[in-house]
Amino acid sequence: MKTASPFLELEAAPARVRVWFDGEPLHLPPGANLAAALLAAGVAVFRHTPVSGAPRGPFCLMGACFDCLVEIDGVVRQACMLEVEEGLRIARPHEAEAGRAPV
Amino acid sequence: MHPCDLIVVGAGPAGLAAAATAAEAGLQVVLLDEQPRPGGQIYRDVDRVAALRGGILGKDYAEGQALTAAIRRDGIAHLQGAVVWAIEEGIRVSYTRAGQAAQVTAPRLILATGALERPMPLPGWTLPGVMTAGAGQILLKQSGVLARRAVLVGTGPLLYLIAAQMVRAGTPPLALVETQTRADLMRANRHLGGALRGWPYLAKGLAMLAELVRARVPRHTGASDIAIDGEGRAEAVNFRSGGKARAIACDTVFLHHGVVPNTQAARSIGVPHRWDAAQHCFNPVVDAWGGTAVAGVFLAGDGAGIGGAHVADLGGRIAALKVAEELGRLSADERDRRAAPLARQRRQQFAVRPFLDAAYPPYAGALAPADATLVCRCEEVTAGDIRGYAKLGCIGPNQAKAFGRAGMGPCQGRYCGLTVTALLAEANGRTPDDTGYFRIRPPLKPVTLGELAAMEDGVSDAAE
Repeated sequence: MKTASPFLELEAAPARVRVWFDGEPLHLPPGANLAAALLAAGVAVFRHTPVSGAPRGPFCLMGACFDCLVEIDGVVRQACMLEVEEGLRIARPHEAEAGRAPV
Repeated sequence: MHPCDLIVVGAGPAGLAAAATAAEAGLQVVLLDEQPRPGGQIYRDVDRVAALRGGILGKDYAEGQALTAAIRRDGIAHLQGAVVWAIEEGIRVSYTRAGQAAQVTAPRLILATGALERPMPLPGWTLPGVMTAGAGQILLKQSGVLARRAVLVGTGPLLYLIAAQMVRAGTPPLALVETQTRADLMRANRHLGGALRGWPYLAKGLAMLAELVRARVPRHTGASDIAIDGEGRAEAVNFRSGGKARAIACDTVFLHHGVVPNTQAARSIGVPHRWDAAQHCFNPVVDAWGGTAVAGVFLAGDGAGIGGAHVADLGGRIAALKVAEELGRLSADERDRRAAPLARQRRQQFAVRPFLDAAYPPYAGALAPADATLVCRCEEVTAGDIRGYAKLGCIGPNQAKAFGRAGMGPCQGRYCGLTVTALLAEANGRTPDDTGYFRIRPPLKPVTLGELAAMEDGVSDAAE
């Protein structure tokens, strides 16, 4: 679900590392805030809600709203509280159980 | 378990100033903060970013460097990336850092947990692409990321600040959709005399508005019936203004109608809170030092009542002076001699607040949302659901949890609590104080079993 990004980056990142989001490779600046980097890369939908399956993305970016939840190494975490690291494998949480995403 | 004299939670202006003041007085301080670098949200990442984007963010932002510099000294252990999840009387604070749970104890605690955006439930506010204005600021400050096609919706000075910063960065917002009316401004004018005592603040506000005018950013005031439309993500803002229905196509919407104290940590240890009708929120009950009804626990900064960065800085210093005196490092005379000018500056800083509260009141349509609007984002509970619970006899937010899980999702009511209280109070004809608020219990943030298992001294009471 990567589209042309509605966001632009003021400075060109000096380096990029590869991470995987929902099975797709993305090249993000290492050490950057993960939620911000995913938004800048054109990722709009970070997860679907367990209640109705509605799409959600980052809302507060300060660790309070829990709308930017992603799954990394089997643990569901707030993307806005993480930094980009080489090789991260990021999935939308619980999509496999909901039968919605590639396993 | 790490013992010290004082634990400070939060490394924004209040927490930084408190830690530095306490350490100067000879206290051993542990400063816990969730973020990887100090500054809080207002000065987020200031040490790295001021040199990079100081021109866009403005002089006020760069000032934060004085506060972060002051904590790099003996007597302060700044534990960055520390997520606090339990606080117990005594005082013991449990937190997770780098995948490991740990605890710290001290006779005194200063909570400087800052503010949250006032929840702004309106149709479409959960769509991807809709964020708080604070989130827009964080994107710009920390990451240099700007929305190409954004509409700013709501009211208040922060909306003008982010708009002005976007203009300076070369990507002005498409429009400001502002909810305050001409009548609000007329009502505010009777507070203008008081506000003039805080004239530098007003002058900054006028300068920002002039920047928006020069950049020809369209402003729609007195907006009502605001709804965000889109298929799977935000695509347009619809509203009424000047007697006409309007629509603005966009990719990003930044919402803001004021900030409110983040009361989660203070409530979790039983600090009493009271409804503030002028600010439409609960404020903790504190004395002039930031002291609370809970032994050894102080509050400073926006978490003790909204006042902004300078008030937070002053409040942090004042609370730390009191703690230093209580622990025998300062005489009462010395404490009072040093606190007096700080308290005077704080009164001056507060002088502008009655004007701002009256000129930029919260958006009425989001204080009492339409029945179909989601109020609890996590559990997807609507305003109509809450009103329905009231008809069935639900009188308070804790009961509402049993009716339909409002406030029981991962955010633990941070973005629905005030709305749920207001809806139940209105439906039952009771005051917000009588209606009450969610009972906040640990863990304040999620903690995994693996993190507990890795705890230095094994799992102890707080985790059981």
